Amino acid sequence: MTSRNVLLIFKSSIMYKPRIYRLSKDYDLVFNILEAKILPRREGRILLELQGEEDQIERGLQFLEEGGVVIEYLADKILREEDRCVHCGECTGLCPTAALSVVRPRMEVVFDVNKCVACGMCGLACPYGAMTDIKLFDPFAEGRTAGTNP
Amino acid sequence: MSEFRVNKTVAEINAKIKQGNAVVVTAEEMIGIVRESGAVKAAQKVDVVTTGTFGIMCSSGAFLNFGHTKPRMRASKVFINRVEAYAGIAAVDCYIGATQPRDDDPLNKVFPGRFRYGGGHVIEDLVAGKQVHLETTSYGTDCYPLRSYEAMVTLKDLPNAILLNPRNCYQNYNCAVNLSKKTIYTYMGILRPECANANYSTSGQLSPLLNDPFYRTIGIGTRIFLGGGIGYVIGPGTQHNPRVPRSENGVVMGGAGTLAVMGDLKGMSSSFLRGASMTGYGCSLSVGVGVPIPILDEEMARFTGVSDDQIQVPVVDYGFDYPEAKGGPLGYVTYGQLKTGEIEFDGRAVSTAPMSSYSKALEIAETLKSWIQSGQFLLGEAQETLPSVPFAGFPAKG
Ligand code: SF4
Ligand code: SF4
Repeated sequence: MTSRNVLLIFKSSIMYKPRIYRLSKDYDLVFNILEAKILPRREGRILLELQGEEDQIERGLQFLEEGGVVIEYLADKILREEDRCVHCGECTGLCPTAALSVVRPRMEVVFDVNKCVACGMCGLACPYGAMTDIKLFDPFAEGRTAGTNP
Repeated sequence: MSEFRVNKTVAEINAKIKQGNAVVVTAEEMIGIVRESGAVKAAQKVDVVTTGTFGIMCSSGAFLNFGHTKPRMRASKVFINRVEAYAGIAAVDCYIGATQPRDDDPLNKVFPGRFRYGGGHVIEDLVAGKQVHLETTSYGTDCYPLRSYEAMVTLKDLPNAILLNPRNCYQNYNCAVNLSKKTIYTYMGILRPECANANYSTSGQLSPLLNDPFYRTIGIGTRIFLGGGIGYVIGPGTQHNPRVPRSENGVVMGGAGTLAVMGDLKGMSSSFLRGASMTGYGCSLSVGVGVPIPILDEEMARFTGVSDDQIQVPVVDYGFDYPEAKGGPLGYVTYGQLKTGEIEFDGRAVSTAPMSSYSKALEIAETLKSWIQSGQFLLGEAQETLPSVPFAGFPAKG
């Protein structure tokens, strides 16, 4: 079992076709919706955490792509520039998933991209521009919860 | 005559450093030594304790002299990479302040502003050896006719570049929380509403002034690690205030002493001088400072043996109290508690995050230790110590 966070972008042409449920039905994947935003008649964005066998994840994603869904891997979108990071730890208090965390006793900060949900908080908080500054979803949007599960 | 059992002078310690047999440890290592062998034995054994801190220190900047132009010019406005430097000094001198934003920075017009580049970044770029764009204008005089000048320069091209920070190294600081109902963007970082997170600063047990709480050994002329090079304490920093509540061990329970420091920028490194951008607040400079503390007697051994659980930090509300300059601390926590990543406040767990880098602070203390061990870095004896208050002595037991 592995887990991977992906961003699915549904263009308006395919937005209303049922698709995601097949991930669990046909590919035996467990998914968590981390964030979702639908702009009616334009585009839909869903941040999914997928759990399952490596090859099943691959096949499930391939199925979505064939259906016209654009897939982006969060691991490709968020990056820490190692030589910019001073290991202050400021980002760790705001990261909702502990993707950024402190290792004691030296208090160094590690980044586990597999836990990252691309919320953009670290980009906003890091004084040294070490974290990629992206925002897929508004981190302070109404109703946003700090947890990882929907 | 002395009240102490161990008595050493800075000159004696320097003689040992020159011979290569001074015993130097970091403030972190000293904790265990004092705990195991007691203050007297620790003072007999250890000659110097090294400290360190790395964090955003706003009251910082650099004096730059960019050399006389041909024809001559008396610059009245100076911009470096579009960041204004204060030019009201002399013909080709200026002071670039860490918190000066770029001339065209949108500031907080679209809130929260990002303040991506400012004086601190100029200093970092210079130290990193990068070219910066210098632009000056003048009204012209008989002896200084040139009215404008532009050039790309590097640190090497500048005849003088001196880091001179009026206030660094706060002895202790607040732990910031936000009791209001909206997210706030402060110099203590982003604080979520209703006390969702708490941010703290300083390197605690490694912090220079927390290891010499009454400034017995630190003063004008103390030689220090500054921004990766060598610098000096040149006096008490602005807002230096020894008269704050202290716990039994003499350690201040909040911001208190500060240091004014200076050093040649040309010997420094961008690993320890970093431009910083604080969303919604402004830009600044992160500075690495390390101060060596001579262990003159058992009292100094005991002071430098201070650990994170013995240092109290006031919890302050930045949602209302701090901006309104009202109210006192909501309570106290220790660095020991803060460093676990969670404190208890009002009966619930609040996640904590540091603002200053403990791992860099440790790197600084370790670097300073190796400099002293190698014999190349001698202690600078303070010509005058900083304003202080009397210490009644440690409580009888322990
Ligand atoms: S806030 Fe930036 S510099 Fe500090 S630990 Fe996080 S990524 Fe590193
Ligand atoms: S983008 Fe969000 S989840 Fe990812 S590391 Fe940054 S704060 Fe954590």
